[in-house]
Amino acid sequence: MPELLIIGGGPAGLTAGLYAARAKLDCLLLERLSPGGQVLTTNWVENYPGFPGGIGGFDLMDRMRTQAEEFGLKILSEEVKLIRPETDAIFVQGDSKDYRVRAVILAMGASPKKLNIPGETELTGKGVSYCATCDGFFFRDQEVAVIGGGDTAIEEALFLTRFASKVYVIHRRDRLRAIRILQERALANEKITFMWNRIPLEIKGDNTVEGIVLRDLIEGKSSELRVQGVFVFIGYSPNTDILKGIVELDEQGFVITNEEMETSQRGIYAAGDIRSKSLRQISTAVGDGAVAAYSALRYLEGY
Amino acid sequence: MSEVVHVTDSNFESEILNSDIPAMVDFWAEWCGPCKMVGPIIEELAKEYKGRIKIAKLNVDQNRDTPARYGIRNIPTMIFFKAGKAVDTVIGAYPKSFLEERLKALL
Repeated sequence: MPELLIIGGGPAGLTAGLYAARAKLDCLLLERLSPGGQVLTTNWVENYPGFPGGIGGFDLMDRMRTQAEEFGLKILSEEVKLIRPETDAIFVQGDSKDYRVRAVILAMGASPKKLNIPGETELTGKGVSYCATCDGFFFRDQEVAVIGGGDTAIEEALFLTRFASKVYVIHRRDRLRAIRILQERALANEKITFMWNRIPLEIKGDNTVEGIVLRDLIEGKSSELRVQGVFVFIGYSPNTDILKGIVELDEQGFVITNEEMETSQRGIYAAGDIRSKSLRQISTAVGDGAVAAYSALRYLEGY
Repeated sequence: MSEVVHVTDSNFESEILNSDIPAMVDFWAEWCGPCKMVGPIIEELAKEYKGRIKIAKLNVDQNRDTPARYGIRNIPTMIFFKAGKAVDTVIGAYPKSFLEERLKALL
């Protein structure tokens, strides 16, 4: 039985794994799929230091994984179903095996938030998507809508212009939250049309997306926009369903930690997008992962 | 050695629709990160279900007709076939245990 379990194989988990393995800690990383995390839905990463010109999301994660494995990190494909602190250990139930360990690093990340409007679930896979890199290809010469105004929404809208004939960016405010360089690129792109002060009410279509009903927040009127695809980028919700009542969560369900990545539960640490914090990036996840591993190491060694 | 059968538009009918045993087809592409996350799982399932369920992959970039026929607009998508009919679909990347439940239902 390992001393430390790391749950999740994105940048935070892999960095924690790198530090723990390099410190010769007996540790195991559990990942429900294969390592990589949300970065794998990103085509090109241009704000991770050390890679001028940028690097592909898959390439970057492949390097992180290889580097951790060079120091002996073991990675297992296992979905964690339950975590329960016991008197002297932390019990972790996987879908193939149970574990009793002294320390756990939570690095399960976050998932794209849903709109929760009629038609969304029914038409997922039929024109509603949360991954432009994966699905943009299927919308060649078609018109699509992107919902959101943050960095991800604008990056993905720009990516979609490679395929789609027109990309409508639908945003509930009258200006973007995305950083200026992305705004400038989007405003200069002829394929992108901004639809300000609008929120989506319903996604229409029988077997495939045919349109989206929008409410104009200024005029108070609703209208339908004909599109064949709807890409949703309105933020992330944390993958913390199994953590309710186990560690302290914030109002949105993100794990609350201190600067040492300690949660409210002794021996349990959190790192990366799953944490309650202001900036969720690869670079911040990596920092969290290193700190979490260091804290776990000190705890296990009795400091 | 991989046990995964790589199918194309031209052999989809003979390999999948006319297969003697049930089949699962993973629609994927090189540029799809989540597809790569399930790739190793597909390989494992192909080994474990060898002779009972045909586990196949179809590259949507190189084969355009079959994905269009099944209305595929998101990848990864897994379609489960029994006696030439699509009987179940899973859209998105899911863990092995989740896919196994669907596979067991085919047997």
